[in-house]
Amino acid sequence: MNILALIVGLLSAGVIAAFSERVHKHAPRWISLIAFVVALIYTTSAWLDAGSGAEEYARQVFPWIPRFGIQVYLVLDGLSLMLVALTAFLGIVAVVSSWSEISERHGFFQFNILWVMAGVVGVFSAFDLFLFFFFWEVMLIPMYFLIAIWGHENRGYAATKFFLFTQISGLLMLFAILSLVYFNYDATGVVTFDYFELRSVPLDPGVAWWLMLGFFVAFITKLPSVPVHTWLPDAHTQAPTAGSVILAGILLKTGGYGVIRFAVGLFPEASQDFASVGMLLGALSILYGGYMAYSQSDFKRLVAYSSVAHMGFILLGVYAFNEIAMQGAVITMVAHGFSTAALFMLAGALQQRLHTREMSKMGGLWVRAPRMGAMTLFFVVASVGMPGLGNFVGEFLALLGAFQTHVPLTVAAAIGIVVAAVYGLSLMQRAFQGAPNPDVGEIEDFGVREMTVMILMMVGLVWLGVYPQPVLNLSAPFITSLGVAGL
Amino acid sequence: MSLAWANAVMPHLVLTAGLMLLLLVVAFRRSHALAMASTVLILVVAGVLIPQSHAAGSSDVLGMMRVDGYAQFFTGLFLFAAIVTVLISFRYLDRRASNCEEFYMLILTATLGAMVMAAASHFATLILGLEILSISLYAMICYPQEGKLPLEAAAKYLVLSGVASTTMLFGIALIYAASGSLSFSALGQPIDNQGENYYWLGQGMLVVGLAFKLSLVPFHMWTPDVYQGAPAPVTGFLATVSKGAVFVVLLRYIVMSDALSNSSVVVGISVIAMVSMVVGNLLALLEKNIKRILAFSSIAHVGYLLIALLVVGALDDPGIARETTMVYLAGYFLMTLAAFGVISALSISAGSQDNEQLADYEGLFWRHPVLAAVLTTAALSLAGIPLTMGFIAKFYLFAAGVQGALWILLWALVIGSAIGIYYYLRIVFTMTRSESSDAPATASDVPMETVVTAGVLGVAVILFGVYPTPLIELVRSLIGTFGA
Repeated sequence: MNILALIVGLLSAGVIAAFSERVHKHAPRWISLIAFVVALIYTTSAWLDAGSGAEEYARQVFPWIPRFGIQVYLVLDGLSLMLVALTAFLGIVAVVSSWSEISERHGFFQFNILWVMAGVVGVFSAFDLFLFFFFWEVMLIPMYFLIAIWGHENRGYAATKFFLFTQISGLLMLFAILSLVYFNYDATGVVTFDYFELRSVPLDPGVAWWLMLGFFVAFITKLPSVPVHTWLPDAHTQAPTAGSVILAGILLKTGGYGVIRFAVGLFPEASQDFASVGMLLGALSILYGGYMAYSQSDFKRLVAYSSVAHMGFILLGVYAFNEIAMQGAVITMVAHGFSTAALFMLAGALQQRLHTREMSKMGGLWVRAPRMGAMTLFFVVASVGMPGLGNFVGEFLALLGAFQTHVPLTVAAAIGIVVAAVYGLSLMQRAFQGAPNPDVGEIEDFGVREMTVMILMMVGLVWLGVYPQPVLNLSAPFITSLGVAGL
Repeated sequence: MSLAWANAVMPHLVLTAGLMLLLLVVAFRRSHALAMASTVLILVVAGVLIPQSHAAGSSDVLGMMRVDGYAQFFTGLFLFAAIVTVLISFRYLDRRASNCEEFYMLILTATLGAMVMAAASHFATLILGLEILSISLYAMICYPQEGKLPLEAAAKYLVLSGVASTTMLFGIALIYAASGSLSFSALGQPIDNQGENYYWLGQGMLVVGLAFKLSLVPFHMWTPDVYQGAPAPVTGFLATVSKGAVFVVLLRYIVMSDALSNSSVVVGISVIAMVSMVVGNLLALLEKNIKRILAFSSIAHVGYLLIALLVVGALDDPGIARETTMVYLAGYFLMTLAAFGVISALSISAGSQDNEQLADYEGLFWRHPVLAAVLTTAALSLAGIPLTMGFIAKFYLFAAGVQGALWILLWALVIGSAIGIYYYLRIVFTMTRSESSDAPATASDVPMETVVTAGVLGVAVILFGVYPTPLIELVRSLIGTFGA
């Protein structure tokens, strides 16, 4: 599989989409849709060809800036492949969810979506730290534009806050990357940003701890975890539907991916020392996110805070430092990608129809739009952690693994699942159940287009919930290479 | 006496001869277009001759100038900036001044001064170059006849720049009194105890004088007013060529005279650097005028660049400092000129003041997408976001700073950049806002050549940001020929 072609393909589709607006107003969204479908087929065919459990699916290396030993070093191992496939799939969801929402500047809108996704694919496949940082920032700018141009009433504030948080934490990571490269240069006399080379740098434990922290802060800001999560509710709420889908579905996962691949992958010992802090932050996020979600009256804000809670499971799982918990974290990333993308899509559809996100102005919507109600129920239940669906598998495995290392924190985190049921059902109750709100007139229910992607996501969640083994096999080789405790 | 050195200074000689030629052209036929075209031609010819004089190897010109790869790189860069300035000034001046032709002579003399500074290895050439540059700039700043702001800016610049020059001259006199030499290379020698105090006092005054010209905090007060008052193309020239030339000569001086062997000089420059990064960025937050924002941003940028200077003291090999400076300034030139190109383009039909308020840029994305894209690129590049040249430049500084173990300065760089992102982003955000009804209608009469120039600069910023290898290789090949 040619990863560079995939990235360049998405980038050029973006440029074509931007200009195709001159041909026809709706040409950009078709181009975007086709690009993501092709990307998804391309990625899954690579998976099917090699099967689960392969060491890696693709590898490409070219020199880029020889002065600093920087290479275009792209590798797809199972973990990367899974997330790249998720990216392509959520690209389709994002395009469909904004199919009729955007009323102006269609070309530039699709351009930004395609460029964010290209950046995300790069983040998941870059094994040169410079290249990784490059993509990390590349996905930021189009996302900023998505919020700043097509966002809702308070978009300027939200977009700027999002950018500042990510960018400043990114600077810390850049600092850490360069220091790591320098210490490697000191020890070996070679300047390189190669991930595999840098994994074996002999570091003083104190130095390693600080460098790990630089990466860690950048990733938990993106994830996000308490206490650096405050950009997320604003960004999610103000973003257009496609923006929220991308943000929650895939951009947050780059943080989780970074923690596993880089913070833990590059500094296993330092991370081990740091494990209790990581788990604590995870448990705090779960409880605090759940608590805040319950107190919201805004549909999107509620889902946004629930994301903070779910992302807590990723931190908890990764820093439990055993195979089963890490697998749980990975499954949570994928399952949360589906369930939250679906919920944001529903939130966006409701806002488009009712022109509000306030749940007090909804109520009894099931009668008006039964298909939307049913979908909301399914994804709320999935997000709550109903057995048989993907989120349950992820959270269960994370808790199971965490229980072996830290019982009190695991107990606290498990309470979070109860909280999730409370806010999830209250969302359902306030928006769709009860007496129909007299101010709400007829609304249009989901059509074929929306239902198709909804059903696809449902299938994904059921599959993850019933038979997660192929996905577990995908991420197993990398997790084993971290040298964490087995089952 | 052999005239072999003449080959080395061929670009300087061409520029001098061209100046005479332009004088004659203007005397015979007053035509703005003709004067502009001849100026571009002269600058291009001077630039084309650089490779040829480079092939002859680096040489010492009469003990006053050292023409080496480092000097030649900046000679080329200054000529490039001058060409850009000419192109973006043409229509701008056409609408404002009745006699535009002499403006181009000023650009030529200013560029000549900067080129002399790039090669200066003796205090006499340093002062000569600096004064040629500064005196031309006074006139350029107040060239448009209307409006009080340009006059105010020129007067301010004249007075403060004069003070800086005299401070420097006094410092040089003290250095001369203590060391008996005016050549940079002779200064590294030990001084007897009696003269030592004078010597270091002189060094201090010299640094202060140059810091004035570089508008480093706390000598930065003039910068925002002068940037605001000067016509946009001239501000671009001032921000790039004038500052660049002073920094280039400062680095050469520091390397050759070994001034960083004194720890109080190191501490002094480090403090100035850190304060400039932080204060420059903080003050920019308060501004709503894009020229003033860029003024404060330039203060911060020169502060960042001082890291490259301090690396000289931390490492034995000054090559890294030179390489960093060359890459950084190349990037800084491109993005700053791109930003001022856009401002000039949008201010063509403005009155006595340029269109420089942030509000003037509302909805620019929808009014003039090309210019908005260029300004976005420039702003993101100044903020140091990847995909742009500004990131490569900042990356170089980081790499150099890490190698020199200048941790505190690097933290200041991180903090400064973090603050900076906010105001650069505000420029971008303003442009994405939907158009306000009272925005100046500019889309119709934006001159083509300014748009093309700015567009080329914007593309170059991205191109070198994505694939900087050619530039890095050029810089490294030139450093190899540095005369020790």
